[in-house]
Amino acid sequence: MRRFIAGAAALVAAFVVSTQPAAACAGLIGPNGAVNLLRTTTFAGYHDGIEHYVTSFKFQGGSGQFGSLVPLPGVPTLVEKGGDWTLQRLIRETEIAKRGSFLTAAPLAARADSAEVLMQVKIDALDITVLKGGGEAVGRWATEHGFRLPADAPEILDFYAARSPIFLAAVFDADAAKAKGQNIGDGTPVHITMPTANPWVPLRILGTGKNASDRIEADVYLLTDRKPVLLPAPFANGMQLEHSATASASLLDDLRSDKGMGWVPEMAWLTKIGINASAGQLTYDLAVSANGTVPSRVAAGLEAPANPTTPASNPQGQPIALVGIAVLGLGALLLIGKFAPRSTRP
Amino acid sequence: MALALAAFAASACATAQAATPTQVGIRIHYSRFDPNRIEVPAGVPITFTIVNDDPIDHEWLIGDSAFHNRHRTGTEPVHGDRPDEVSLPPMSIKQTTLTFAPGTYTFICHFPGHEAYGMVGVLVAKG
Repeated sequence: MRRFIAGAAALVAAFVVSTQPAAACAGLIGPNGAVNLLRTTTFAGYHDGIEHYVTSFKFQGGSGQFGSLVPLPGVPTLVEKGGDWTLQRLIRETEIAKRGSFLTAAPLAARADSAEVLMQVKIDALDITVLKGGGEAVGRWATEHGFRLPADAPEILDFYAARSPIFLAAVFDADAAKAKGQNIGDGTPVHITMPTANPWVPLRILGTGKNASDRIEADVYLLTDRKPVLLPAPFANGMQLEHSATASASLLDDLRSDKGMGWVPEMAWLTKIGINASAGQLTYDLAVSANGTVPSRVAAGLEAPANPTTPASNPQGQPIALVGIAVLGLGALLLIGKFAPRSTRP
Repeated sequence: MALALAAFAASACATAQAATPTQVGIRIHYSRFDPNRIEVPAGVPITFTIVNDDPIDHEWLIGDSAFHNRHRTGTEPVHGDRPDEVSLPPMSIKQTTLTFAPGTYTFICHFPGHEAYGMVGVLVAKG
């Protein structure tokens, strides 16, 4: 196992070019508004009505605090430190498959006065808060907690809150990471467990804070009990089906042996979706049907929900400027730093 | 709250559409100015009521191109003590009064990425 971890780590490191702390799957907006795109990698597994998201925050040096807001399709029952090799093992699996020519071609809604804190978890240098609230409430909570949201955030937050009023806010403290002895390139994997009728992967949010022509690259791995039905079909608008096949027994064994991955079934279908799109193209999410039915057009972001529902700020903290937005494949990371560059007085 | 602000902004906007407005309402929603084109009489004090209906910070800076060029490269964290530079915290309302010489001015939010996103408006002061 150790051998392939080292190899996979090299692959992941190749995606990372920023000198700032960041999520492993992130597009960063610097304090001057410049966007440093990073490839994103996320795993969404679905079994027995439970969705498992695994992603990783990677320490890339620097100092200060960086954060993220991630829309979720449901209320997590557990947010914990993820396993050590799940993402790397998935990358290795599909890279091998590609070389071998194996390649083949819901929700709630919200609006309320303040966001409700459902859960708070600390994982290494990450402070994670699960929120329930409308776009305005979550946006205000984020602002009051030091996030500096990009210009399109209010509309994007409303878009997601109308589908599911659950968000995960994560703040990565680079100074704490250094104090804990984390080295540049070390990742903090996070595993989110939540019951949901069907998996769902927000993609539109990957474009948050970016210009329409900016490129977005992401890899989304799906592990489902059967071959999933996807909407939109991944052959257009910058979305490509890069792997779709029965998962190998060795992959499932390796995944199952990782921390928190005991739920991985004996048989499953592995799908890899590659995103290589301009931000302007990425106007949709990925709706997944794991039971063979037609996926929801609302979940895919192709239709507005008929009856958006509503749940219910939380002042605190010194102002910390949001300098970016990054993606977990399932959502956006709104990065925060300690500076707030603005216009200068003439 | 949002509805109240919207109603307020709508009434203020209606004022802005009068023949010679001295009261102008501007609403900020989804990081856009509404209205984004305003005509006012030159040489008359104009009171702007600016409503930030977004859960994020914005600013409203009005001036000529040289003024905006300076602000585009600025580092100042907050405005608010000059009539032509208004900082707007989330869900806030501010008023400012200005008198314009005849000409065309732009109002812009210079937070990173906001101008590119479309937070730009034009004010024409007619003599």
